[in-house]
Amino acid sequence: MSNHPKLLIGAAILVVMALLPLAVYPVLLMKVMCFAIFACAFNLLLGFTGLLSFGHAMFFGGGAYVAGYLMKAHAVPPELAWLAALVAGAVAGGAVGWLAIRRTGIYFSMVTLALAQMAYFYFVTSPLTGGEDGIQSIPRQPVLGFINGADDHILYYVIMAMFVCLWLLIWRIVHSPFGQSLKAIRDNEARAISLGYRASRYKLLAFVISAAIAALAGGMKSYIFQLASLTDVGWHMSGEVVLMALIGGIGTLTGPVVGAAFLILLSDALASYGEWVVVIQGAIFVAVVLLFRKGLVGTLSELPGLITRLRRPKAKSAEKLNKDKIITE
Amino acid sequence: MFADLFGIPPQALLGQLLLGLINGAFYALLSLGLALIFGLLHLINFAHGAIYMLGALGAWVAVSGLGLSFWAALIIVPLAVGLIGIVLERVLISRLAGLDPLYGLLLTFGLALLIEGLTRVQFGASGLPFNSPIKGGINLGFMYLPWYRGFVVLASVVVCLATWFAIERTKLGALLRAATENPDLLRTFGVRVPVLVTLTFGAGVALAALAGVLAAPIYLINPYMGTQLIIVVFAVVVIGGMGSIGGAILTGFGLGVLEGLTKAFWPPASSTVIFFVMAVVLMVKPAGLFGTTK
Repeated sequence: MSNHPKLLIGAAILVVMALLPLAVYPVLLMKVMCFAIFACAFNLLLGFTGLLSFGHAMFFGGGAYVAGYLMKAHAVPPELAWLAALVAGAVAGGAVGWLAIRRTGIYFSMVTLALAQMAYFYFVTSPLTGGEDGIQSIPRQPVLGFINGADDHILYYVIMAMFVCLWLLIWRIVHSPFGQSLKAIRDNEARAISLGYRASRYKLLAFVISAAIAALAGGMKSYIFQLASLTDVGWHMSGEVVLMALIGGIGTLTGPVVGAAFLILLSDALASYGEWVVVIQGAIFVAVVLLFRKGLVGTLSELPGLITRLRRPKAKSAEKLNKDKIITE
Repeated sequence: MFADLFGIPPQALLGQLLLGLINGAFYALLSLGLALIFGLLHLINFAHGAIYMLGALGAWVAVSGLGLSFWAALIIVPLAVGLIGIVLERVLISRLAGLDPLYGLLLTFGLALLIEGLTRVQFGASGLPFNSPIKGGINLGFMYLPWYRGFVVLASVVVCLATWFAIERTKLGALLRAATENPDLLRTFGVRVPVLVTLTFGAGVALAALAGVLAAPIYLINPYMGTQLIIVVFAVVVIGGMGSIGGAILTGFGLGVLEGLTKAFWPPASSTVIFFVMAVVLMVKPAGLFGTTK
């Protein structure tokens, strides 16, 4: 397939994104983009490596705290603070991943959840994080020294540029030989190992990349909202990013973006109902897992195939037998 | 009679040890239920903590709202919650049979959010008071033991041992163990495996609710008491492995005591010591202390 239609679609999306702030509150859009990056980073693990991390808030929140602390306490310019968040996320991801990949499947999820809770306790008690209050009123210093980040409309384009670059980076990773190896490990780890792939190394590297990008998303978040708080590192946030990827479609590249947009806009619309938001999130979780496992994008991308399948008699293919597996043992 | 141990007065040490035993009792009860459910359903029940919270809340409703005695609640609430569990298994969880266990984790996480969210809407997040059903205590000379706390440790040991006995030494337990090994073979012998599965889930959930009722007079009842606990219990499960019922009980009590000792000697580390042990176990023996599989 030639790249022309894809390029055209991409260009059209960019034009729409550039015009969106004229119609929608830019801070809300920036929030969507932040969480979309977070969800894409998370999905690099679940969708393309088959690892369900239930503790990804520790990287997102950790990045928010690292960047927020540097910007507030030491007046570090944002681009350096974001770089620091990225590096911190990579280091933390290396440590956590090194421990967690010793177990597979649900045990892996439980280990990441427990380690994230350990990190949470650290952030509650550390003298640097402001305890229950978090780090508030983080200054918005100029980006790269000359871009006025204090203006939401200008900042929007900075965040948009970062979002596009990071999404393309993740797209590049997934379509690289490294990404293909990850998929091989996801689909059949034993076979990949027997072919000579060092599965543990691949998994660890995927975990480090995912954690680093998640931490960068957190750093961007603390700049946009001028706040880093315990909400960003709690287990609720870990669950929320899982839900974003699930709604959009696990194992798709656009899914997490759609899922993040859906959930953020929904929470925004329901903000006046306060305590019901969690109930609705729980209900969506249950409904999606039971009825809609492929997610929005996953279901849409199957439509053309669905129509041809309706015309032809069904054939049992290996793909069909594996259709409901995230991970193969 | 007792000299100071490393500069810790014996009252403080024994007091923390008792608290550790009580915490350990809850870890053991919850990880027991998790192991029971996992063995047969291949499901990690994320909602286990929320169900424990329901148990505590149920005790509060039964005693403060309906005017029942605590001892009646101790019987009625776990049975009622067990019934709810049976309905949940039939209506929702059974639909995921044969799928990747991760879906079960996601579904039950959603259930946990639902249960906690609804509780918060109905009762607020501030916590509910609950009076101890047994007043007073005994002065043992070296420490003061409130009767109720002693009862909790005793009750949980009895429940754990009874569960262990039921699974390891009775015909029903033999069926359960056979069903975890080879459900298809059991079906050919005419055993109704789906019924067994549903009842097992109900029993595991009832155990969590029982723990919740026991916890009501000790801890503050609030919507999130369960999830904070279940994350620790997950670490306990990773440390012990889910292969054996006895292992789950021992690991639960052992880690509770370890936590208590840490609180006596170095308080700041007490909330993370179990996670730290989990990290060490992952490095040394990734399958867990009692684990056999990968």
